[in-house]
Amino acid sequence: MPVTVSIPKERWTGRVREITLGATAAEGGTRSHTVSVGGEGALPFLTFEGQIPRQPVIAVEIQDRYPGDWSPLLLEAWGDTAKDVATWAKKAEELGADMVALTLKSASPDSGDTGAAEAKATVQAVLKATGLPLIVYGPGQAEKDNEVLVAAAEVAKGERIVLGNCEDKNYRTIVAAALAHGQLVVARSPIDVNLAKQLNILISDMRLEPDRILMDPTTGALGYGLEYTYSVMERLRLAALTGDSMTQQPIICTVGEEAWRTKEAKVNTGVPAAWGDWKTRSVLWEVLTATTLIEAGADIVVLRHPESIAPVAKAIAGLMAG
Amino acid sequence: MALSGLEIYKLLPRTNCKKCGFPTCLAFAMKLAAKQAELSACPTVSDEAKAALEAAAAPPIRLITLAAGHKKIEAGNETVLFRHEKTFFHQPGLFARIRDTQSLDEIKQAAATVAGYTVERVGIALGLDGVAVENASGDAGAFAAAMAAVRSAGDLPLILMSDSPAAIKAGLEKAAGTTPLVCAATEANWQEMAAAAVAGKAALAVRGTGDLNALAALVEKVKGAGVEDIVLDPGVRGLAATLVAQTQLRRLALKQNLRLLGFPIIAFPGDSASAGEQAIAAGQAIAKYAGFIVLDHYAPADVYPLLTLRQNIYTDPQKPIQVSPGLYEINNPKPEAPLLVTTNFSLTYFSVAGEVEGGGFPAWLLICDAEGMSVLTAWAAGKFDAERIAKAVKSSGIEGKLNHKKVVLPGAVATLSGELEEELPGWEIRVGPREAIDLPAYLKNVWK
Repeated sequence: MPVTVSIPKERWTGRVREITLGATAAEGGTRSHTVSVGGEGALPFLTFEGQIPRQPVIAVEIQDRYPGDWSPLLLEAWGDTAKDVATWAKKAEELGADMVALTLKSASPDSGDTGAAEAKATVQAVLKATGLPLIVYGPGQAEKDNEVLVAAAEVAKGERIVLGNCEDKNYRTIVAAALAHGQLVVARSPIDVNLAKQLNILISDMRLEPDRILMDPTTGALGYGLEYTYSVMERLRLAALTGDSMTQQPIICTVGEEAWRTKEAKVNTGVPAAWGDWKTRSVLWEVLTATTLIEAGADIVVLRHPESIAPVAKAIAGLMAG
Repeated sequence: MALSGLEIYKLLPRTNCKKCGFPTCLAFAMKLAAKQAELSACPTVSDEAKAALEAAAAPPIRLITLAAGHKKIEAGNETVLFRHEKTFFHQPGLFARIRDTQSLDEIKQAAATVAGYTVERVGIALGLDGVAVENASGDAGAFAAAMAAVRSAGDLPLILMSDSPAAIKAGLEKAAGTTPLVCAATEANWQEMAAAAVAGKAALAVRGTGDLNALAALVEKVKGAGVEDIVLDPGVRGLAATLVAQTQLRRLALKQNLRLLGFPIIAFPGDSASAGEQAIAAGQAIAKYAGFIVLDHYAPADVYPLLTLRQNIYTDPQKPIQVSPGLYEINNPKPEAPLLVTTNFSLTYFSVAGEVEGGGFPAWLLICDAEGMSVLTAWAAGKFDAERIAKAVKSSGIEGKLNHKKVVLPGAVATLSGELEEELPGWEIRVGPREAIDLPAYLKNVWK
């Protein structure tokens, strides 16, 4: 008797919002092209039951100050490129990045305490150096974030850049700057479905359109909480597909920052021989964190090592080949 | 899928003979459904009814065990599609592929390397689970010799890979005393493969060609030939097709209770892939439902990230991994370095240790036994209070290692500082930041 298998398909009622980052000259900006993410109508890459119209994209992280505290492997890979933010942005584009993620690290009170004027100059330099859409992160300290992100939003008027991070204790000023200058924001919450949703609601309540909000559920690197991020992202995506509007934001994961913070990637002295070759394992640490989260629903992964870009791009192409 | 009492009743003799000890067949059926009675208590049940009832009681994905000596690896018995729904139970076995075209010395060496590889993470020893020996030569004699060489390296669960039943038979002779997996039965060879697997008491992988109907039909034939322990190779390659096939197999087993496809899946992420590509495909196999994974690249740097990922994905979300309580030294602390305390929830530990380590600050990190809870949860549950912290400080021997008597509490439990002062006379209680991410700034600017 012939066996007939009927493939179980989920009928999803919701879909992820499609968001366009960057703006070309025709749209009031200066980007050479825009990047659109999101729009998924099915679980990651399950094209047999819904549409996956946009592929996940890779942003490469650069900083406005030489990142002397980064893993020696990263410093070696970028070399002198990392000493000039515009050169660095250009190089990231050459290497295949879809976007540039600029961290205004020099604004940190611990490493320069630069202000609005410097932030404006840096953002302008990067916009000039690359035609890619831009994400701009503050140094991660509320007061300084507000100061430099407002400046970035002003100087990049019309460019549809992304400002990060909005958190539950500090989002108003950043959202207001995005509203005033036509930019987007990243809403970061600490690995929790409800907190992610709540922050999206708070930001929407300020009248920023939902298609200008990316959410960052906080990345745990491989071996350092990856499974928490992975499951929260799966739950967020399931909620989005079942129609929960405030979970339908595309997801951004700061993979490079977290993967290269781990002991496995950062050091090679006094570590077990069973960890294997330092560079191989470190790049793999970043790549595997990225691809695992992409399969859980990441729409943008921010990477740090130049050699992580090609394998992650190839994996994305392979996943989209369905 | 469990049957209801009424469904079971229909399968019973319905004679109310009372020999089972219950007044009626219906009463007995209800007890069976509630798992308070055994079917063997009924002396007159038909064989067909027995088979139907036993099948209904079986798990939706059959548990397959591969074993050699004291080493064994189990796959199957999974119950959910997403780990947050409950947990994933049996982490996939990672097997290193060795080919019989290699010299016997190389084979022995490779098998010994696999057997000897071990790495510790959060107090748990991780390693590879076995060896997949491939009959790449096509020659049965060479395959048997390779099998013998692998076995001489010690107890390793085995997968025998060949399309030739003759080679499989020769290889299985060398696998005597183990419970191996034969890979694979295909449309062309299934009769002989099934016979060889039955004779060798081996599990049998069934390889399809991408079509799940054909795969189910082949499984049906192999089952008919007497094979019970089956593993599925849907026969697709590539990240997209593999994800789809493995998701569909898992759903068919769990949602439709399709017995013919209710078996663990075997994946070959290393097939014509670089080490980097293998890692990505293997990562997908780990997260998305594989039960056995055959690797072609298994240098430590290729394997350690995968073992870590497997540990992460298969951690029970309800029972987070704990780190051992005690004193941890970060960046070779000297007597003047700060003493930080926190709980033994692994993520808490990793966040705190990661920030301090990443920031390059030498510090003493005292991990209290808070039953694996995070700081606030443990505090609310009374598992991270002044008494416990004081006890940890006193029993750790830290006092003799410091030239100061200051201890830094997590900011979230600042409220404990008063009590802790009473519990630890002579100590100065400092309150650190609420979030681990603010530790570098605290250590740089506030700690003196």
